[in-house]
Amino acid sequence: MSKFYEHYSEDTEQQIIRETFHLVSKRDENVCNFLEGGLLIGGSDYKLIYRHYATLYFVFCVDSSESELGILDLIQVFVETLDKCFENVCELDLIFHVDKVHNILAEMVMGGMVLETNMNEIIMQVDAQNKMEKSEAGIAGAPARAVSAVKNMNLPEMPRNINIGDISIKVPNLPSFK
Amino acid sequence: MALKIVKGSIDRMFDKNLQDLVRGIRNHKEDEAKYISTCIDEIKQELKQDNIAVKANAVCKLTYLQMLGYDVSWAAFNIVEVMSSSKFTYKRIGYLAASQCFHESTDVIMLTTNQIRKDLSSPNQYDTGVALTGLSCFVTPDLARDLANDIMTLMSHTKPYIRKKAVLIMYKVFLKYPESLRPAFPRLKEKLEDPDPGVQSAAVNVICELARRNPKNYLSLAPLFFKLMTSSTNNWVLIKIIKLFGALTPLEPRLGKKLIEPLTNLIHSTSAMSLLYECVNTVIAVLISLSSGMPNHSASIQLCVQKLRILIEDSDQNLKYLGLLAMSKILKTHPKSVQSHKDLILQCLDDKDESIRLRALDLLYGMVSKKNLMEIVKKLMLHVDKAEGTTYRDELLTKIIDICSQSNYQYITNFEWYISILVELTRLEGTRHGHLIASQMLDVAIRVKAIRIFAVAQMATLLDNAHLLTGNMQRNGICEVLYAAAWICGEFSEHLENPMQTLEAMLRPKVATLPGHIQAVYVQNAAKLFATVLKSQEGNTEGTPAQETSQLMVERLPLFVQSANLEVQERASCILQLVKYIQKLQQKDVEVAEEVSALFAGELNPVAPKAQKKVPVPEGLDLDAWINEPPSESESEDEQPKAIFTREEPKHSRPRHTEVDEKELAKRREVRKQEQANNPFYIKASPSSQKVYQETHGVEHIPVVQIDLSVPLKVPGLPMSDQYVKLEEERRQKDRADKKKKKKEKRKDKRTGRGKRHDSGPESEEDITPAHMVDIVTEEMPENALPSDDDDKDPNDPHKALDIDLDKPLADSEKLPVRSHRAAEALKSPGEDGDAVSAATLEPRKKRSKEKREEKKKDKDGDRKKSKEEKKKKKHKHEEKEENLLSGQADEPVVQSEESSQVAAPPTSTSAEVSDLDFWLSNAPVPSNTQEAATVAAAAEAAAEAASVPEAVSGTAPDSEPEEPKDAEMEETKSSKHKKKKQKKEKEEKEKKKKKKHHHHHRHSDAGGEESVQNGTVEEEEPLPSMSNYCLLAENSYIKMVYDIQGNLQDGSQVVVSVIFENKCDSFLKSMEFNVLDSLNSKLQRPEGSGPHDGLTVPFQLPPGVSNEARFVFTMQSIVMPQKLKGTLTFIVKNDDSSTHEKLDFKLHFTCTSYLISTPCYSDAFAKLLESGDLKSSSIKLEAVLMPFHHLLARICFHHHFSVVERIDSCASMYSRTIQGHHVCLLVKTADQTVSIDAKCDEPTLLGNVLDEIKQTFSQC
Repeated sequence: MSKFYEHYSEDTEQQIIRETFHLVSKRDENVCNFLEGGLLIGGSDYKLIYRHYATLYFVFCVDSSESELGILDLIQVFVETLDKCFENVCELDLIFHVDKVHNILAEMVMGGMVLETNMNEIIMQVDAQNKMEKSEAGIAGAPARAVSAVKNMNLPEMPRNINIGDISIKVPNLPSFK
Repeated sequence: MALKIVKGSIDRMFDKNLQDLVRGIRNHKEDEAKYISTCIDEIKQELKQDNIAVKANAVCKLTYLQMLGYDVSWAAFNIVEVMSSSKFTYKRIGYLAASQCFHESTDVIMLTTNQIRKDLSSPNQYDTGVALTGLSCFVTPDLARDLANDIMTLMSHTKPYIRKKAVLIMYKVFLKYPESLRPAFPRLKEKLEDPDPGVQSAAVNVICELARRNPKNYLSLAPLFFKLMTSSTNNWVLIKIIKLFGALTPLEPRLGKKLIEPLTNLIHSTSAMSLLYECVNTVIAVLISLSSGMPNHSASIQLCVQKLRILIEDSDQNLKYLGLLAMSKILKTHPKSVQSHKDLILQCLDDKDESIRLRALDLLYGMVSKKNLMEIVKKLMLHVDKAEGTTYRDELLTKIIDICSQSNYQYITNFEWYISILVELTRLEGTRHGHLIASQMLDVAIRVKAIRIFAVAQMATLLDNAHLLTGNMQRNGICEVLYAAAWICGEFSEHLENPMQTLEAMLRPKVATLPGHIQAVYVQNAAKLFATVLKSQEGNTEGTPAQETSQLMVERLPLFVQSANLEVQERASCILQLVKYIQKLQQKDVEVAEEVSALFAGELNPVAPKAQKKVPVPEGLDLDAWINEPPSESESEDEQPKAIFTREEPKHSRPRHTEVDEKELAKRREVRKQEQANNPFYIKASPSSQKVYQETHGVEHIPVVQIDLSVPLKVPGLPMSDQYVKLEEERRQKDRADKKKKKKEKRKDKRTGRGKRHDSGPESEEDITPAHMVDIVTEEMPENALPSDDDDKDPNDPHKALDIDLDKPLADSEKLPVRSHRAAEALKSPGEDGDAVSAATLEPRKKRSKEKREEKKKDKDGDRKKSKEEKKKKKHKHEEKEENLLSGQADEPVVQSEESSQVAAPPTSTSAEVSDLDFWLSNAPVPSNTQEAATVAAAAEAAAEAASVPEAVSGTAPDSEPEEPKDAEMEETKSSKHKKKKQKKEKEEKEKKKKKKHHHHHRHSDAGGEESVQNGTVEEEEPLPSMSNYCLLAENSYIKMVYDIQGNLQDGSQVVVSVIFENKCDSFLKSMEFNVLDSLNSKLQRPEGSGPHDGLTVPFQLPPGVSNEARFVFTMQSIVMPQKLKGTLTFIVKNDDSSTHEKLDFKLHFTCTSYLISTPCYSDAFAKLLESGDLKSSSIKLEAVLMPFHHLLARICFHHHFSVVERIDSCASMYSRTIQGHHVCLLVKTADQTVSIDAKCDEPTLLGNVLDEIKQTFSQC
């Protein structure tokens, strides 16, 4: 799965992905999780920051305005969120439900900027939207225009952000791989 | 699976969803492309269906395919269709697809504007959210312009979820539509203090991102951020802020001083590594900005370096990496403190992690000195040999060259060593940096005269062994070196020991396999060599060897004449003819050597890369003027002459042998000599230059060339650079010994002409005398070169457009373009936080306000200018007095707490003072605080503050006073001038704020130059009763409707009615239809295609107990009279068992007030307006008004959409504007429960009605 926040042609995107995969996959377990930006991803201001989970690599490409360690935490949050949303996430979940992963990511990172780092908040929003989707499927026959407003009025007041260790970021262009 | 495919092809529009697609692709690994193309065909079929669900499914699959790298832009229109579905499920699919594959050149994006606007204003927060998320990915300048205002409105949405997304997306909007930055900025700033941490962090994020590009415009926010930094506990926000400060400090060193304390505290206290790291980073930035030697900061540096060392020593590679990264920043300003960790860094070079090695390399770059250069480079060379992976090796290579060549070869003491390093580097396989090595060789050979003999010898060997370099075509990067080698051998051929052999080497048939540009150099330089050879051979009386040489040329050159490369061909045929001619002459026994070598006489001087740019344009020369009349229409030709001029920047790295006539050359030499004579860094090429060379040690040690062809991949027989390290050691020892001797002999050391300019350095550095007496010829610059160095800014940087002064007041023209009615929402909310001004103003303030009143009168007399000046003067005096007084006050506590104060000071002082940056930074006591603290004792917050103020005062004072008592005074007088401006700005800025959710106790106006009271001004001790503009529209047992009306400034004929529907019963309300009987003057705006009597569907349903808001737009013609419209709401009440159709009648009352829009107006403009005489006046009196004056003003502001222009005691001027641009001005005075309102307006009927409405408002309470 990949998500770009800056426009590239499909070919360039694939090339970036290939190159990134090439770079990342041959790195040992015990080396640092940062890679200097190559020309393709925008030069020296950009870094690849990745985490490796079993067979999966999560790679973020960020510019210098982001804290490196913060991004690592963000990836951790992302993975934990996926884990909660899919209930013990595995590779196949991500492969078959790319759209859901996208939706979750959209709650964390928006247009290349970090939107939310609080896992509970993210999960809550994702769940609320999924519920809404379900309810729509339920009333599938009802007149379409009336449906959209049903669920949102009763949402509980959102909980305050809880501080999770250290987190942060904005991501100017961000391919991530599953 | 096969069954599935069969099934899929029969029944193609159903069943195959994304999961099936993924599964299918995974099962067709071998013929994936084929399978996908059938899938795409299916999808195309599906898209033709009318069923939106099928379409959405298709789009979903397309999104996946796009991710796999297939172009799906052909489906853009279908994506828009799915986006506009009313179902959230499909909408989300549509927006996801759009965010993946739309971009600026997607033309259907134009079609989405209205859809997105609709979604943004959807009552469902997730519709809005999904639209914002999508938009953030594909926003275009057009979309940004059209939607900026809608998004701005969303920034004040009730749901934090929407607020934070809206805030974040503003950054994207700013990027695409920079004009929106200024209007939106006040609100963005406001969001920094949003109660929701998510929104707050989004705002911090956006501002940090903005400030990173143009930090200077955001300096004024520093106090606010400082407050956030000291108060926030959210690490992620802290990181951002600290990063931001890192960007700000270089612009404002005083800020750095303030920051050091809290940052060091954070460094000590935090447990989060990321925060620690960022703190260290910013401290470094601060230190850099303060680098002008502040001795007391060495502790901070030490702390940073220590912490970094801990990071680097950590087993976590990530920390190690970051530690090195930060270390390299310290290096720039405090190299000494880093150099002590050389051991650690060299150790990192051995790390198995490439990223870490690269960082360590960077560090080494800054750590070299004359003393350790050889050692470090030796180590690097070892790494080069060991390195696997070309990228890293290339990096090493460039680093070695960078390290050696930095600051004009400052650290190189032995150029022979350097040349041999370069030669060794040529043995690298497959490097991309052949040209780099080549240019270094050229550079050194040209600029260091003394090295030429050695260099030429080395190059000749290289040329001789060229086959080793070029043998493998994959290693072609390195053959660039031959370019340099050939050129050096040719140009300095007089130094060649065996020119004939080299000539022969250059004319080998194998050369023809080299790239064209190298062949060209070969040919040209073969000719030069030829000239040299001839010269030497003709010296011998026998003519035969010379003729043989010519013969060799004639035989070999045709090879090049056939070259496909034009330049090679041209040069070769030229030279071939020349040689043939020479041959003829030789056969006649004519001496030609002189003439031939005259062809190549003269010396090339290195020219600085920027030289061409800096040639001043001679007077009277207009480069833009046409020399001839331009040809009428051929544009491409127009461009050409320009292009030629701009491109022709000379590159000293590859000098061309241009024909320069002798005179010119002589002249140039003359000039250069003069220049050199005046240049202290230039070692004169004194007559001793030859002699000196003979003295040096290096030459004797050039080993005899031994060709050992059994080792194929080495360029054999070249001197190993290692030897030089040893030699260097020996030499240094010898030097030292020499020196001692000389000391005894008390003779001056003549050899260290170069060394002399470093006399102040420590001995160790000084002892190292260069092995060669080298001229490092400085690069030539044209005379009168313009010193300006302001190149290197990329004009295409999108962020440049955002370089906007944010402190300037908004002009009317800067409003965001609005088409939607939602713009008005911003005006409705209560509780605008104005400058919270204490009622009990202090003495000076009263005086000032009296003055002002006088002034007012004068104003009316039309004597404005004079009085203004007076006002300014008087104000000055007052401010000065005030400050003097205050600093007097401050002095006392200073004495008491001088020792303990420094630590606590900055945070407290800032929490209280937000606005005046200069003042804040000057570290002086804050006058308004003390006053405020004295007066506003009641509120708890204020009390706390009061406690903190003396502390603050005492804390900050020692910083400024003992150090710079005079300065402080100066600054005070300055700042009083300054302050006035600032206050004004600040005030204006506050006026720009339209909505504020809650009151910030910290926001005090600074010493209140002009005490303006804003909409809903609140005083600390008596908060205003909550107010609402919503009034009841109609109510029955099922439903209650309240409404509010606001004008739309951007469209003079529209007002927006916001109606809140509240379900009061236990049943479900649905199918609500809102209808109004239009009058001639006012009409409900209905969607296109519906009749004039159709109702509008309320876009939501109401579950029991729920309320929601809908907005309706009305078009008005005349706005001078209030009007009433009758209307009906019909709806269906749905119970479990039954449903009934109900109806509720209502009357919409459009008051004249609802056409007013509170618009900020500055007192100057206000006075001008009053003077203009276009306005009719009218007045009313309100008796027995019991409420305090500020409440009264707040009510007028709130209910009648006015804004306060100026308030002086019990008198205030107010201003508002109608949607059609009528000005309404009020002068409100109060005395003994009587309020008199004098009003002026250019529309008397309107004015009468407005006044009536005001009267009514107050009669009700």
